[in-house]
Formats: sequence, structure tokens, C-alpha cells
Amino acid sequence: MESKHVHQQIAAMRQSFFDEEVLDEKFSQLEQLEGKDNPNFVEEVFTMYFRDSTAFLETIEQAMKTIPIDSIKVDNILHQLKGSSASVGANKVLKEVNKTRQVLGKGNLEGTKAGILELRKEYDSFKAKLEPYFQKLKQANSVAQEK
Amino acid sequence: MNVSSVKGSMSISSSTSTWKAGDTISDQFPAGLRVLVVDDDPTCLMILEKMLIACLYKVTKCNRAETALSKLRENKNGYDIVLSDVHMPDMDGFKLLEHIGLEMDLPVIMMSADDGKQVVMKGVTHGACDYLIKPVRIEALKNLWQHVVRKRKNEWKEFEQSGSVEEGDRQPKQSDDADYSSSANEGNWKGSKRRKDEEEETDERDDTSTLKKPRVVWSVELHQQFVAAVNQLGIDKAVPKKILELMNVPGLTRENVASHLQKYRLYLRRLSGVSQHQSNLSTIISAQDPTFGSLSSLSGLDLQTLAATGQLPAQSLARLQAAGLGRATAKSAVPITLVDQRNIFSFENPKLRFGEGQQQHMTNKQQVNLLHGIPTTMEPKQLVSLRHAAQSVGNMNMQVPPHGPQSSQNNPLLMQMGQQQQQQKSRGQILVDSTINHAPRLSSMGQPILSNGMATNVSSRSGIPENIRAPGYSQTPSMLNFPMKHASELPGNCFPLGSTPGVSNLTSKGAFQEDVNSEIKGSGGFMPSYDVFNDLNQHKPQSWELQNVGIAFDSSQHSNSLQGNLDLTQSALGQQGFSSGQMNGHNRSAAVASKAMFSTGDVKELRSAQNVNQHLNNLLVDNTIRVKSERVCDTSPANIFPDHFGQDDLMSALLKQQESVASSENEFDFDGYSMNNIPV
Repeated sequence: MESKHVHQQIAAMRQSFFDEEVLDEKFSQLEQLEGKDNPNFVEEVFTMYFRDSTAFLETIEQAMKTIPIDSIKVDNILHQLKGSSASVGANKVLKEVNKTRQVLGKGNLEGTKAGILELRKEYDSFKAKLEPYFQKLKQANSVAQEK
Repeated sequence: MNVSSVKGSMSISSSTSTWKAGDTISDQFPAGLRVLVVDDDPTCLMILEKMLIACLYKVTKCNRAETALSKLRENKNGYDIVLSDVHMPDMDGFKLLEHIGLEMDLPVIMMSADDGKQVVMKGVTHGACDYLIKPVRIEALKNLWQHVVRKRKNEWKEFEQSGSVEEGDRQPKQSDDADYSSSANEGNWKGSKRRKDEEEETDERDDTSTLKKPRVVWSVELHQQFVAAVNQLGIDKAVPKKILELMNVPGLTRENVASHLQKYRLYLRRLSGVSQHQSNLSTIISAQDPTFGSLSSLSGLDLQTLAATGQLPAQSLARLQAAGLGRATAKSAVPITLVDQRNIFSFENPKLRFGEGQQQHMTNKQQVNLLHGIPTTMEPKQLVSLRHAAQSVGNMNMQVPPHGPQSSQNNPLLMQMGQQQQQQKSRGQILVDSTINHAPRLSSMGQPILSNGMATNVSSRSGIPENIRAPGYSQTPSMLNFPMKHASELPGNCFPLGSTPGVSNLTSKGAFQEDVNSEIKGSGGFMPSYDVFNDLNQHKPQSWELQNVGIAFDSSQHSNSLQGNLDLTQSALGQQGFSSGQMNGHNRSAAVASKAMFSTGDVKELRSAQNVNQHLNNLLVDNTIRVKSERVCDTSPANIFPDHFGQDDLMSALLKQQESVASSENEFDFDGYSMNNIPV
């Protein structure tokens, strides 16, 4: 069945996220919070996450271009990113955030710039993986509803 | 209540008894708990809300601190607990924490992605009931209600204490016991009996008290202002109206001041009632605790006090001081006026601010220095707890566990103790009080009350243990309580792992033997309480050495002298929280004791029967084993921590000690001690 196929795909995608450690157990905990009354909870959370994080990253990138670099501001935003990434289970993104923060903490601005680039890469890749996943999920759910 | 779950469910045990009367509430509780969650990150806020709902709580969310504050102000009784992020754009989470504490006195839990110890410490010292690291797990939220219960219980006690003047002495103790009992292993101590009584009373009152009566939170600063005003007017002439005017705090009513004054007077009375030796003990303990900056001051003071009282032979005092002071980074020799000390402690504990005060003196690393031998590798948290512990020890082992949620309770105690101490130099007590009060985290079951008990004993002895009731350490509180109880009966709750008895011995006997054999045994007991963090870290009991140093207050004291001892030991041990080291049993010579006190190694030597703190012992043993056995009078270095000293054993051991220092040593070989239920 088509829906079955879709479900299988979704399951496979999801599993791959865990295998690649793109997501960690926090994600499963979020899934558990989902219920009948809020079936799209996880997706909503991620929508919010992506919206805010994209804005954060852009702000950081801007800040890194200004002279002098306001490292406190950058650190604050990184801290924010750390909290939200950790809360949604964005494992790899979180790692990059932590790495960059450490480098920044040591005063290594060049290193921080490099770190931000890495972070951006990781984040984009993460977003690129999760968004289709949620789309499929939505698709599958709506299909199921139609039935 | 069975303290069985010292660790986690302390609140449970207490709540069971507490909620007896509150049928309706308990039925649905903790479901329906009204939580206000504040976080500027919408993703986190959303997730938290979901999790809280999943825990069946009633959630209100805010993304700005200002909004949260206004919501709270509009509806003061509309929330049970607040969950707040640390980093927020419009207001620092700690500021919000302070506001809430002062204005509404609700339990506040801090959250952050930052888990650096400095930040966590800050949370603790600002009075947070708990500190969660993001990502927050739902399991952590499931237990949120315990903070509410605990706080109410403490408030109740405070209320109760202020209410019953006559029974003030008794009640606080009882409540302390009760608190401890719930948190600590109530096992064997008579405290448990008292607890029961108390609990019953408390239960009934709890309902009323939990009906959110707007309470004034006597923060450290506020209390300091209060004490300053009282001192200015003169304790005899201090009337609420004048105090209020002098304090000039907006929003404070005459009634608030009056009830606070009442408690304070009680406390002072208790302090003055403490025998000299007790103060000596505390002094000794304090002395031992030099490392804790704040404590050190006390120590110095205490030592002096002790010396002054004549109980502590000049030599001993000198030695102690040298030992303690020398070791401790703190300027132990600086006898910080008791008053100051007290204030520091008393206030600190309540609000867990002691961290700040203490911090100054004791850097985490430093604190541990008290126990020379003891590797103070305590982790920051431990240090905090140790500090608290140390403080308490020094001060009387104010075990204020970092989490000072209980501060409210502690305050009254502290105050009282503080005052007393001034007079008596029972700083130790104050310390104890403070520490006790702070034992927020420590599953302090309400430990703050213990401090009260301790205060009375003057030798802050038990006070300390109480606070230190770290979850695992509930034992300590009991231990500390011993001294308080003076009466040789170590507060049941506290199971002072044996060590405390030692401490109390010191105090109880009052006669600190000239040769200061009175080891600071008590110290052992104290340690546990500190462990709020210790639990996690298991310690670095090293700081407990102070305790061990146990200025060897005679075993004679041991009857209740635990208190005295505790104080001393506590101070020493305070650091570590592992008072196990307190094995001051050997206290033989003051000199020795003093030395021993400071080093964890001493602890061993001291073997003070006090190892009451079994926990501590365990802990200490590990760390403090370094104790220089030679220090303490060559007596049995080995057993320093008989890990499980039964209290009785300790007592007897202590008694024996009195007879002969040398012999006591042997006695203290508590190898076979079975700690009374020290919930390790």
C-alpha cells in the first residue's frame, strides 16, 4: 500500500537519523510526549526550532563580520542554540555549538569563525534531513486520516 | 516517616506525614501543581510545557521574566512553583529568583544549558531549590512537587517556631527532628519519637501553613539588617517598632519584625543556655574549619571562645588555631566577631547565600584545605556543600546545603544561634545553624530546624548535621543534632554517625577537657549533610578533617557534646562534608586534636567515635584516610572512620575517652561500628 510504503520510508529515515547520531534520545522523548490531542507536537517543535535557529545563526554570522567582533553576543546566542538544540535532540548540531563555544571561550576568533562555518554546515544538513522527514510524516498522517 | 529514601524521596516521607491532615490536597497531589515556567527560548518553552502537562501539572508559560513577575504579583497564591531559565534577555534569571524569593517565597527551580559549577553555585546561593541542566528530562520534572512540599514544611516549621515561644526550644528541635527524620534515617534516634509528635502537630498545622500565608522571607541581607538594628538598639531595648524604623525596609510590617524578633530572642536564649563547653566545642570546630573563609573566622572566634571559656586549654587553642588556621586558607585566627560570623552564617544559610560569603573565604578548593590531609578534590559542588558543611562545622556546621530552600527556616534558627553565639561564642552553632538551614538540597528534610535544635545546644552541634543532611547524608544531620540535644541524645534523626556523638561529647560535657581530648568527633557526623553535592561526588570528605580534629573534646562531652564536637568537627569536616573523618576519638590532646582536626588524616586518628557520619566516614575514609594518624595522639589512627559507629558506641567510646585519652583512642576504634542507619 502506498501508505505502508510511506510509513516504511519514514521509519527508515528516522532510524537513519539515530544511526548517524544526527538525533539523540531526546528526540524519542519528544515523540513520547506526542499524543492523541497533539499529534503533531514534534513537528511543531521542530518548526519552531528551525525558525529560531536559522535566525540565530544568521545573527551570529553577521556578528562575526562586524569589527570588532562582539564575542559576548556571539556566545550568548551560541548558548541559546545550545539549549534549544539539546532540547530537541539535535545531536550533531549541539556538538558543533559546544565546540565553537569552547574555541570562542579561549579567545580564538579565527577558530571561532571556522567553527561557525562548521556549525552552519551541520545545521543546514540537519534541517535538510528533518524537514522532508516531517513532510513525509504529515503526508502519511493525512493519508491515514483520509482513510 | 521513614527516611528510607533519604535521597530522593525525602520529601515523600515528610509529605506523607505532612499531608495526613490535608486529605483533599494529598489526594490529587502532586497532580494539579501550578507551575509557572519562564524561558525566553520558545522551543524550550514549548517542550517544557508539554512535559509539565504530561506530569499532570497545571502550566503557565511566560517567555519574559517581567511577565512572569507580574503574573506572580497579580496572583500571589496562584502558583506553587516556578521554573526559570537562567539566561534571559530582559532580566537575569538570578534576579528573578531573588525577587520571587523575597516577594512570594515560592520554590524556584533554575534551568540552563550551562552546567558550569559557578553558575550552579550561583543558583544555589541565590536560593534556588534546584538547578536543572538542559536538556531537561521529564523525569526531573516529575519530582518537582517535592520542592513544594519541602518548602511548605519548612515554612510551617518556621511559623510554628515563631508561634510557640515557650516551646520554642522544644519545638524547633522537634521540627528539626522531624525534618531530619524524614530526611535522615530516623532510625534510631529518639528524635524519631519526637518527630512523630512533631509531625503530628506539624501535619495539622501544615495545612494551615500551606494555605499560602504571605510570608516575609528573611533573607540573609534582611536578617543582617535586622540584627544590625537590634544591636544598635540593644537587645533589651529592641522593640519591633524601632527595629522596623531602623531597618527601613519597604513592605516590612511590624508584625513581621515582631515575629522575627521573637524567634531571634529564642535563639539567643538558647545560645546563652548552652554551656560554655559547648561553645568551646564550637569554637574548636570552628577553628578547625579555617579553610572556609567564613568559617575560619568563626573558627578563630570559636577557638578563642573556647580558650576563653577556659575549657580549651590555651595550648589547645593555639594548636587548634594553628592547625586549623594554618591549614585553612581561612584566616582562622581571625576571630571574626561571633556576631559577624553568625550573621554570615545565619543568613547565608537561609538563602544559600552562604555560598557567597563562604565563597569569599573558601574557594572551593580552599575549603577543603581544612583538612590537610584530605584531598580536597571536592568538586565544586561538593565544595559548596562542604563549605556549607565547613561552615557549619565551623559555625556549627551550618549545613546549609546549597540548596537552601529551606532557608526560610534556617533563618530563624540562624538568627537565634547567631545571637547566642555572639554571646557565647557559640559560633559553632551559628554555623551549624546556618548550615543546617541550608541544607536545601540535602534532602534536608527540614533540616533547618535541626539547626535550631542545635542552636540551643549552643554548641551548634547538631545544627550542623541537620543541614548537612544531604540526601544520602541524612545521617549527618542527626549527628549534628546530637550536640544539640545536648542531652546526650543525639537527635534521633540525625543519626550522627557516631561521629557526632563525639562531637556532642565535647559539648555536652561542657568540660572540654583541658587537654582537649574532646575530639571534635562530631565532625564525622557533619559531613554527610553537606553532601548535597556530595552525593554526587562522594566526596571528598577531606574537609571533614576539621571534624576529626575533633578537638578531642572530651568524650565526656560526648553525651551530647556531640554538639560541641560536631561543631568543631564540623568545621573541620565541614568542608568535606564527610565528617567521617571526625573520628576524633582520639582527641587526646588538644594539640593533637587540633592537628588532627585539620587533616583528614586526623580524622582517622581521631577516630572520633563520632564517626557518626558514617557516610562521612565512608567518604572520609576514602579521602581522608590520609589523615595523619600521627596527629591525633597517636591513638588509633586506624580506625578513623569506623564507618559505622553506632551512636551508642560512639557515646560510650567518647565517654571512655574522657577517662583516658589514650584509652579512648582505642575505644574509638570503631571498627565494628555499625552506623546507625546512616543512610549512606
